[in-house]
Amino acid sequence: MLAFIIRRMLQAIVVTLTVSLIAFTLFRFVGDPVNQMVGIETSAEERAQLRQDLGLNDAVPIQFTRFVGNAVRLNFGNSYQFKTPVIDLIADRFPATMELALASALFALLVGIPMGVYTAINRNSLLSNVFLTVSLVGISLPTFLIGILLIFLFPVTLHMLPSFGRGEVLRIGFWSTGFLTASGLKALVLPAITLGLFQMTLIMRLVRGEMMEVLRADYIKFARARGLSHRAVNFGHALKNTLVPVMTITGLQLGSIIAFALITESVFQWPGMGLLFLKAVQNVDIPIMSAYLLLVATIFVTINLIVDMLYAVVDPRIRIDARPA
Amino acid sequence: MAVQDNETAALLVRPSRLRAFFDSDILYSFRRSRVTIAAAIVTFTIVLAALLAPVIATQDPYDLRQLSIIDSHIPPVWQEGGDARYLLGSDDQGRDVFSTILYGSRQSISIGVMSTLFAAMLGIVLGLIAGYFGGSVDAFIMRAADIQSTFPAILIAMLVDGTSRALFGNQRNDSVVFWVMVLSIGLSFWVQYARTVRGSTLVEKSKDYVLAARLIGIPPALILFRHVLPNVIGPMLVIATINLALAVITEATLSFLGLGLPSTQPSLGTLIQIGQKYLFAGEWWIAIFPGITLAALVLSVNLLGDWLRDALNPRLR
Repeated sequence: MLAFIIRRMLQAIVVTLTVSLIAFTLFRFVGDPVNQMVGIETSAEERAQLRQDLGLNDAVPIQFTRFVGNAVRLNFGNSYQFKTPVIDLIADRFPATMELALASALFALLVGIPMGVYTAINRNSLLSNVFLTVSLVGISLPTFLIGILLIFLFPVTLHMLPSFGRGEVLRIGFWSTGFLTASGLKALVLPAITLGLFQMTLIMRLVRGEMMEVLRADYIKFARARGLSHRAVNFGHALKNTLVPVMTITGLQLGSIIAFALITESVFQWPGMGLLFLKAVQNVDIPIMSAYLLLVATIFVTINLIVDMLYAVVDPRIRIDARPA
Repeated sequence: MAVQDNETAALLVRPSRLRAFFDSDILYSFRRSRVTIAAAIVTFTIVLAALLAPVIATQDPYDLRQLSIIDSHIPPVWQEGGDARYLLGSDDQGRDVFSTILYGSRQSISIGVMSTLFAAMLGIVLGLIAGYFGGSVDAFIMRAADIQSTFPAILIAMLVDGTSRALFGNQRNDSVVFWVMVLSIGLSFWVQYARTVRGSTLVEKSKDYVLAARLIGIPPALILFRHVLPNVIGPMLVIATINLALAVITEATLSFLGLGLPSTQPSLGTLIQIGQKYLFAGEWWIAIFPGITLAALVLSVNLLGDWLRDALNPRLR
């Protein structure tokens, strides 16, 4: 078990270092950092001085080591557009993205699991077919289109729910939350549904598949033979055994939710990290781009690591299967 | 007797290629599934309409002389204030929405197809190399695939796009943008091809025909492309069909985010982005019609991909 954990951690570190190499290459070689930082009237000597101060004349490996060292200390330099430290900009928008991701993951679980259970138990009912058709559409429609259709339906046609922004937020320390105000919660509804719909359909199909598999197992037949109620069999025995893969997939999807949040944030003008990254790509603000890249990579790798380890704890077979090829 | 002889003769004659095609399992499963037929019709209609855009369209949206700003923001024909010249209404520049959808589908489909081809070529070549040569080459390619597959495709595409912005600067004109899109979407979808091809190459490379080819001294490149490739390429069609839908979605998303095609050469995603601004003014047709077209295209290509996967893979039946 320890060997498994160590191997997985080493893998995670290699992945993170590779991504930081890409981020560093972006920062250092795509465009000239000095030209981006100074105005047009800066003299050649001042430019050379700045170049020296930034350490751009050092050997590339030394620069990379310094880049990684700074990144570990969360120092990503100043944004080209805003001239303020990138980490402040990201920290400012981090809570918005996390709350959106959390709300949509909850939505996906709370709606997806019951729908999956229902369609597995009542396989041929009309409602099941409706659910399955909806889920096919949910997988096929691009996120931004779902967002626009929701905006068209609720704020524009029915004059319900806000269509942009976070509403009122409360600041608790460094964290700004929209969970505690009525307008904040209202503003959360449509973005959370937009972002969570894909995950919801995924979870629903997964639960349905697993449930149908489990319901055929002998211990379910035995439970029925013992005369337990349908409710006890379906939920107490069957559902419980489908939840392990569901938790894994949800965990892995959490990373995608954070990354895909940028599309939803753009549709609803949600002031999160994704919107910041998008503006950075449009304006070639490379420090923000590389910082966001590293941050998302770290979140991804950490979640994958945790999920892998949890899975190994729950299912001992994984530990044996995971020998190096 | 003569009748019987004729029947025997008919049985002995090898069926023509066309006949064999019509009797095949694939076509049978196609004819049996109404959803698949509908999906094929929708896909075919959209692709045909996109190809024939210059013929069908009532207006060339790229030709500024045909546009009149006075005719902007006209609702669809059936609404009050509609104009017979603008079947589905007009947008903010006085472009006919129907015509822009035709030309936009053209852009979306060509970028989708080109990037899928690019991803398939890249993935197949890397997969063949990784599977055939093994060792550190294999380890390097597959680790790169592992790392890339932990990231959503859209992020990679955005990164390539952002890099191109920094590299090209002001020289980023419309034709450059087209190829940057193909490159960025293609680069984000090669992993699946590479993994599948690598797996089947590992199986093929120890088979007798490969050993025989090696024995008579055929160079590795020739063995890979002439002998191994034809035997591993089958499943690629299924992956490519499903990836085509994903590529179209990715292109539309990038364009919607303002990172794709400019509004002078709009794709479906760009059209939706333009229309989004006018949604609140009640001018829903500018965004909703391209949206429906995009949804119909992606959904039907997805359904075709699903059907193809089931039809070509008997184990799943």
